[in-house]
Amino acid sequence: MSALDDLFARCRGEDRAALIAYLPAGFPSYQVAVQAMTAMVEAGVDAVEVGMPYSDPLMEGPVISAAHQASLDAGTRQADVLRTVEAVAATGVPTLVMGYWNPVHRYGFARWAADLKKAGGVGAITPDLIPEEAPQWLEACREHDLDPVFLVAPSSSDERIAVVGRANRGFVYAAAVMGVTGARTEVGKGARTLVERVRAQTPLPVAVGLGVSNGAQAAEVAGFADAVVVGSALVRALADDGVDGVRRLSAELAQGVRTPDRS
Amino acid sequence: MSVPDASGHFGAYGGRFVPEALVAALDELAAAHEAARTDPVFRAELERLLTTYAGRPTPLTDARRLSEHTGGARILLKREDLAHTGSHKINNVLGQALLTKAMGKKRVIAETGAGQHGVATATACALFGFECTVYMGEEDTRRQALNVARMRLLGAEVVSVSSGTQTLKDATNEAMRDWVTNVDTTHYVIGSVVGPHPFPMMVRNFQRVIGVEARQQCLDLVGRLPDALVACVGGGSNAIGLFSPFLDDSGVALVGAEAGGDGVETGRHAAPLTAGEPGVLHGSRSYLMQDEDGQTLTTTSISAGLDYPGVGPEHSYLRDSGRASYTGITDADAMAALQVLARTEGILCAIESAHAFARAFSWIAEQDADPQDLVVIVNTSGRGDKDVDTAARWFGLVSAEEVARSELVRAREGEQP
Ligand SMILES: Cc1ncc(COP(=O)(O)O)c(C=O)c1O
Repeated sequence: MSALDDLFARCRGEDRAALIAYLPAGFPSYQVAVQAMTAMVEAGVDAVEVGMPYSDPLMEGPVISAAHQASLDAGTRQADVLRTVEAVAATGVPTLVMGYWNPVHRYGFARWAADLKKAGGVGAITPDLIPEEAPQWLEACREHDLDPVFLVAPSSSDERIAVVGRANRGFVYAAAVMGVTGARTEVGKGARTLVERVRAQTPLPVAVGLGVSNGAQAAEVAGFADAVVVGSALVRALADDGVDGVRRLSAELAQGVRTPDRS
Repeated sequence: MSVPDASGHFGAYGGRFVPEALVAALDELAAAHEAARTDPVFRAELERLLTTYAGRPTPLTDARRLSEHTGGARILLKREDLAHTGSHKINNVLGQALLTKAMGKKRVIAETGAGQHGVATATACALFGFECTVYMGEEDTRRQALNVARMRLLGAEVVSVSSGTQTLKDATNEAMRDWVTNVDTTHYVIGSVVGPHPFPMMVRNFQRVIGVEARQQCLDLVGRLPDALVACVGGGSNAIGLFSPFLDDSGVALVGAEAGGDGVETGRHAAPLTAGEPGVLHGSRSYLMQDEDGQTLTTTSISAGLDYPGVGPEHSYLRDSGRASYTGITDADAMAALQVLARTEGILCAIESAHAFARAFSWIAEQDADPQDLVVIVNTSGRGDKDVDTAARWFGLVSAEEVARSELVRAREGEQP
């Protein structure tokens, strides 16, 4: 049983997609990041991904990379990431960590899984870890009842999608455009194809991340996916317009996922 | 037991710690490499290129005057500096260029530190008619300006990377980001035995020619195997290329020289095998310079080609098993060795290679045996033209006025698009 099952069941009942929102811990400061994440929840975000800042975030474009560096420069440590999870989980929404592998590896992943659980986290998205390298991590997740979330990409074969589907719990994360993170102007039809391919391999809900930056795009993705993931656009809103900017954009996106565009 | 296993693990090291988006390309590359290994046409073509284009075999030079400097040890130089483009990097690049062609890709990207791998890649791309983009840290574009010009002359686009440490690590990050975006059309020619499987194994296999030649040349010249092989270790490709055919020769010591920078004890260095902890960077698990939170540490070395916080996974495996040993060599010791080699043998080596010479001298001094009974092969991984500017400043061979003037010229060049 995943802590996210309730969320996806509720969204299905409401005939809408879930909105999963990402911000890195400690950007621009511990306090402001927590305020921004709280504002997202108040504005209708269904689940939060707390980014673990890392010196070499290979999958991130310029906006999120710069936020990771700024967070590290501000002195963010592992303990701050877990404190952030604790604060966000206290608002009542499922809270996951999005974390590159080396910081978790260094912390000791069994101990990290225990501490994430203690902080109230429900799972972890690992963008540079594939199931084949993760048997012990999967074991730690089972032991602490956490959802391991691996990604699929447009380049993934059906066989690999099936492997990821079997390893994951909670949902499958479809990084639906080849490339690094960053807001994009068009949704494109590759995302829809990828979601269909994932559905053919696994019964898990499918969350799509591809650079959604406004309500209309959120509605479009909500038309074919179970969840819409938004990252770069929120990071940019926080950098440019502060917590209020995050609140406004979150409200617009929350409206979008509630009006799925099935045309 | 031979490493790596089928999934690219050298014991606890190696593997594939990559975004899922790259797995298909890595599988394709591994399959192409596997097919090529037994394909007589591929092998003949690579052989032809190595011989008629790269100038192999490279000589094994008996360094008589240098020998006197070490109390009479017989020092044999494996002359990768004489290979086309001036370093061992061409061996790997020609192999990967042939694989690129076999996979039907027309665009190639690479990272480079000292610029030698970038130059080799730009060269092969010119030869094969591939589009070429090379990522290089901004600091490295300054200290290896000659190689930036060479790459551009060869038709490559050189992207100066200003993020993070502005050296090899961040150049590699940018190359990886390019690759996940353009993987359909693009092959990423990694320049050392690092990265996700199959790169560490594949690059080793392409560099193995160094050791295969050296082993036979040594037998022909001396009539026996050497007592030690000494090589510098950045990512570790020239070292593993030399070591690999000798792994089962237990009487041959495998000696690696890492960049000790200001001294390993100062923390300002680039010596992960000497002072790092296992971690994951750029796709594989290996020794890594990192802080308590797993953030990659900033490195320090006078040598752009060794200024990297990670190292190839096979070296981590050889370190733990004790089959090879690794030591940090300071900037000062490397530069002193560079001068000794230049003045005794008339060979101006790359600063990277100078680390190997400094380590060869200390290794010989550490042995109980009479130096006259020792035979040591030192991998002269590259030539030093690119480093003349750095060396001239180090030894004070140019006046302060000349330094100032050349800074001005560089600043102006930097302003141009
Ligand atoms: C001449 C030379 N030697 C050695 C190196 C280090 O690389 P590796 O350890 O892979 O041989 C470089 C890298 O730029 C180089 O240019």
